[in-house]
Amino acid sequence: MLEQIEGSRAVAKTVARCRPEVVCAYPISPQTHIIEAIGALVRSGELARCEFINVESEFAAMSVAIGASAAGARAYTATASQGLLFMIEAVYNAAGLGLPVVMTLANRAVGAPINIWNDHSDAMAVRDAGWVQLFAETNQEAADLHVQAFRLAEELSVPVMVCMDGFVLTHAFEQVDVPEQDLVDAFLPPYEPRQVLDPADPVSIGAMVGPEAFEEVRYLAHVRQLAVLEQIPVVAAEFERTFGRRSGGLVSSYRAEDAEVVVVALGSVLGTIKDTVDERREQGERIGVVGITSFRPFPREAVRQVLSAARQVVVIEKAFSIGFGGVLATDVAMALQGLPPEVVSVVAGLGGRPITTVSLRRVLQAAVNDRLPPLTFLDLDEDLVRHELERMAATRRSGPTAENLLRDLGVPSGHIG
Amino acid sequence: MRIHGRGGQGVVTAAELLSVAAFREGRFSLAFPSFGSERTGAPVVAFCRIDGRPIRSREPIVEPDALIIEDVTLIHQVDLFAGLGPDGYVLVNTSRSFEELGLTGLVERFSPERLVCVPATEIALEHIGRPLPNAVLLGGFAALCEVVSLEAVAMAVRERFGRVLAESNVAAASDAAERVHQHLKEWSRARAD
Repeated sequence: MLEQIEGSRAVAKTVARCRPEVVCAYPISPQTHIIEAIGALVRSGELARCEFINVESEFAAMSVAIGASAAGARAYTATASQGLLFMIEAVYNAAGLGLPVVMTLANRAVGAPINIWNDHSDAMAVRDAGWVQLFAETNQEAADLHVQAFRLAEELSVPVMVCMDGFVLTHAFEQVDVPEQDLVDAFLPPYEPRQVLDPADPVSIGAMVGPEAFEEVRYLAHVRQLAVLEQIPVVAAEFERTFGRRSGGLVSSYRAEDAEVVVVALGSVLGTIKDTVDERREQGERIGVVGITSFRPFPREAVRQVLSAARQVVVIEKAFSIGFGGVLATDVAMALQGLPPEVVSVVAGLGGRPITTVSLRRVLQAAVNDRLPPLTFLDLDEDLVRHELERMAATRRSGPTAENLLRDLGVPSGHIG
Repeated sequence: MRIHGRGGQGVVTAAELLSVAAFREGRFSLAFPSFGSERTGAPVVAFCRIDGRPIRSREPIVEPDALIIEDVTLIHQVDLFAGLGPDGYVLVNTSRSFEELGLTGLVERFSPERLVCVPATEIALEHIGRPLPNAVLLGGFAALCEVVSLEAVAMAVRERFGRVLAESNVAAASDAAERVHQHLKEWSRARAD
């Protein structure tokens, strides 16, 4: 049934309908509304046979999820930003142990400086951990991806992270058809663990592996991710048959068939990009959009197919590798090896800076006229940057720059007194 | 549309309620807050887009068709009218007039029949017993620009709040709608004269 609902609540209701047996989480903005709502569903009894465990930190949250999953329970948690970084050792362990934990990542920037707003730095920090990372464009897709996430996780014994833009999605009210309970039950069978922890029949997991087999273990983890790549479209197709709408898959494509310039992005910014592209299309510019839904595993073949005919590929990304440049653009460029399109990276929307139609229009115009350098930063305040560079050139000093920038902007900084 | 107010006034809730009201009338809507310092009293902005087709854009609204201003003292702090076109609607929570607020220039910049003051905090105190102007203003807004009906606003309020709080808010919203209708009637009569 369609409802006008906050993204966080839609995800909470969907997760509850996936019947997790253990939910353990530590609150952090912008994830808080999700776990609060799940907690309320457990307390009211609407989510029955589920233990909600209040833990003392994110490290404990993922550790409890690992324990619960190893013991044979369907386990779920959610986090963001610093919370994800605090649990990172356990994040790797969940993948290394092949445990089908599902986690929502309410994407938020990573400090310092402290910033609670949305970008993708947190997801990028764990892209190599062995988790499946799926990015939602809308709250409908965020809800639907959770149902698919449990299926994928349990079929392939791999943890899955559903990435949804913090605030932009988590705090947005829009219409969502929250997956119906009977359909979720039909789509997602009860979790049948490959092994359970049983005191009467003890086993140990988490072996130490030396140089004799570590590479093979890691290679097999890669093979498993490639199997996920095969399975994602199958699960998405079955989801469409069951629920009657398209959600998920490897990549999404919009007006890209005949496009000279194709914009590639992750997550909710695709909506604003599509609106801008429609506007440019009316001006006769052949521009299209490709969304990467599955960032890990990376759908190399699907990306090649959908981008091969383009002249230029503009990757708009809400994170970058400091000292190098675009993360997603690097993956896209690798996927397009040997093919003609030129790949450029536009870093945008860091720390919650809005990505506006006005700025996108400027980027697309530059792309159409072949004037985009390999790496640009959208709406960078050049004056602010120049002042600080001049200061740094005048006085060598170690330490942060954030306070100087806030002073230049006239924003009260965090210093005391 | 854009809603300006201060932390604690229910600005975000107002945008959400408006989106639910539009949804109840079969339209697409997207409400979202602009998060800053989450402190009581700090300036807060929330947005709501309403359309006949699915809404894809998630950028903050820089060129609103309508503004609701929950706290008029923000006028000294925030560029409340930024991006509002000459045909824009403005509903201000105040017991004073634009002239008394020193905003005569504003009346000249925009269409006068689309600028309305309504004492929403007073109306809230009368009906709800607490200074919560948000649902009240939505009632006034329904009367001002008819993007959503008062009935849909009432439906959204009843979905959100418990019975007693919902009914007092609905009564307050209806009161505000009545006053806005009255104001518009007086304005068109004065114009006819």
